[in-house]
Amino acid sequence: MASVSDSLMRFFRSSSGAKEDAAGAKGQRLTRRSSGMGEIARSFASDTPLCVLDLGSTSPNNIRYMTERGHKIYSEDLLIASTDPALAIKDEQGNPALDSKRFLSDNLVYPNAHFDVVLCWNIADYMEESLVKPVFGRLWSTLKPGGMLLAFFHTKEAGPDSPCYRFHILGNDMLEMQPIESRAVRKGPTGAVHTAVGGGFRLQRVFNNRHIETLFRDFGSIKFFLARDNVREVLVIR
Amino acid sequence: MDAPKTGDFAHIGKSVAIKGELSGSEDLYIDGQVDGSIELSGNNLTIGPNGRVRANINAKSVTVQGKLDGNIRATEHTQLRKSAVTVGDITSQRLSIEDGAYYKGKIDIQKDGVKSEPASKPEAKPAPAPVVHVAPAAESTENKTPVMEPKRN
Repeated sequence: MASVSDSLMRFFRSSSGAKEDAAGAKGQRLTRRSSGMGEIARSFASDTPLCVLDLGSTSPNNIRYMTERGHKIYSEDLLIASTDPALAIKDEQGNPALDSKRFLSDNLVYPNAHFDVVLCWNIADYMEESLVKPVFGRLWSTLKPGGMLLAFFHTKEAGPDSPCYRFHILGNDMLEMQPIESRAVRKGPTGAVHTAVGGGFRLQRVFNNRHIETLFRDFGSIKFFLARDNVREVLVIR
Repeated sequence: MDAPKTGDFAHIGKSVAIKGELSGSEDLYIDGQVDGSIELSGNNLTIGPNGRVRANINAKSVTVQGKLDGNIRATEHTQLRKSAVTVGDITSQRLSIEDGAYYKGKIDIQKDGVKSEPASKPEAKPAPAPVVHVAPAAESTENKTPVMEPKRN
């Protein structure tokens, strides 16, 4: 009996989600299968050159994956950009906040309907609250009609100390996750919000399904993939 | 550590600031500040760890260790070292980016070399067999060379 359950557990561990055996040591890279990426990868196989925006930390793997297939890739690290001290303002109550207008004048400056694919990875969970809606509004307008956006959201089981990862594309539906470590002090302009676990970014909130649907209400369709590592993958199409 | 030997190249030191158009026919190492444009067709440019450059660059190979705000057009190779902070578009035949390098912009890998004039539009052919190196993990500070050869289509 025990051997059957062991086999089942081995099967589950290998079939989906992060490989926990590699998770022991801090800073180690994990691999995970991504159903959302698998769906998007079908369009990467086409002969038509696509325009792709990668919003995670700069990944040579991702650049290579796209350029090998003849696609154009744009890279922009929004989380790092959100730590710019020049964005710090005070809200009406005098609390520290971020200037979303200034953020959007410095970042995500692209023509309308420019991208076929936007890879958001997990930035929404780690981004300052005041930036989330404006950023996704801007992303909607930069996507072509029919363009796809992939985002990852933690479930509430993930816990507040879930590390922020940098995602490297290994294959059509396989990702490598590398914990983000700061290159310098990564303290956010509004206070201690980005001093965090392992010097990376701290989980800001957990979206439930309704929040996610609201966030993407302007998009044409939304598809959820639930993984075993307390992450929901969301694929939306404009 | 990565500064080339003196004598083989022109050197702009840490305390030097230049505004304007920089052009030449020898390799150049910039560890100071340059605002303007850099034209080194057929030669190599290295922006040292203290370098602060706000310029569009046209060169054979470009290596960035410091800060660059501008477009790179390299006929051969572009390297972003782990300390690099680069904002601008890159058009190059080969590209390597070390772990930890910050990059914002568009990447255009061109199979048949990069023309020195930026006016030409890139080909729309699929699968151009580009060369993008994956640099080693940031932890291995001594290993600076790319370790993974990309697969070619």
